[in-house]
Amino acid sequence: MAIEVRIPTILRTYTDGAKAVDASGATLEELIGDLESRHPGLQARLVDAGKLRRFVNVYLNDEDVRFLGGLGTPVSDGDTVTVLPAVAGG
Amino acid sequence: MLTISRELVDQIVAHAREDHPDEACGVIAGRDGVPERFVRMENAERSPTFYRFDSMEQFRVWRDMDDRDEEPVVIYHSHTATEAYPSRTDVSYASEPYAHYVLYSTEFDQFRSFRIVDGVIEEEEVKILEPEG
Repeated sequence: MAIEVRIPTILRTYTDGAKAVDASGATLEELIGDLESRHPGLQARLVDAGKLRRFVNVYLNDEDVRFLGGLGTPVSDGDTVTVLPAVAGG
Repeated sequence: MLTISRELVDQIVAHAREDHPDEACGVIAGRDGVPERFVRMENAERSPTFYRFDSMEQFRVWRDMDDRDEEPVVIYHSHTATEAYPSRTDVSYASEPYAHYVLYSTEFDQFRSFRIVDGVIEEEEVKILEPEG
């Protein structure tokens, strides 16, 4: 079961430069755990204290997962997960 | 060095003045480091001291750039009471290592550009291309 995960420029150091990688899992949390096993260090850039980091946006297909179920959002084969760091500042 | 057309500079300044005293923000998309397509973004925070792209708008804009083989060449925002210099929060959230971070201060009418990589700010020269004729 493969789900495409699109990786932003700033995190491609964890994926040997790849723009997209495959991962699997039944929920976003499992998917990120699977990503971590292949690309160590990535999880900590996405998750902190059991929650998605505030300044990282994760989208399942066309939806922000914050409006779905956060880390508990179910994912399935053929889905695309996109990670984008929030653009923010003061 | 950032090389940018007068027209794009004017668009950034106009957007900043329009949203003053809240911070304005946006992107200029382009290829090979050349800023071309002006995209004004919603400041989801609607704040005079903070900005954040709306997550869904960002998703659509980033996908469009991907489809067109573009990159975010410039990421701009305004400061409305302080100088056009990156704040601590600007540095901590800077996440596009190849972008020129442009700041425009409506208070001081300053237009400046920076690279922000791994927490380090480097100011760069801005070369404005004037329209011919």
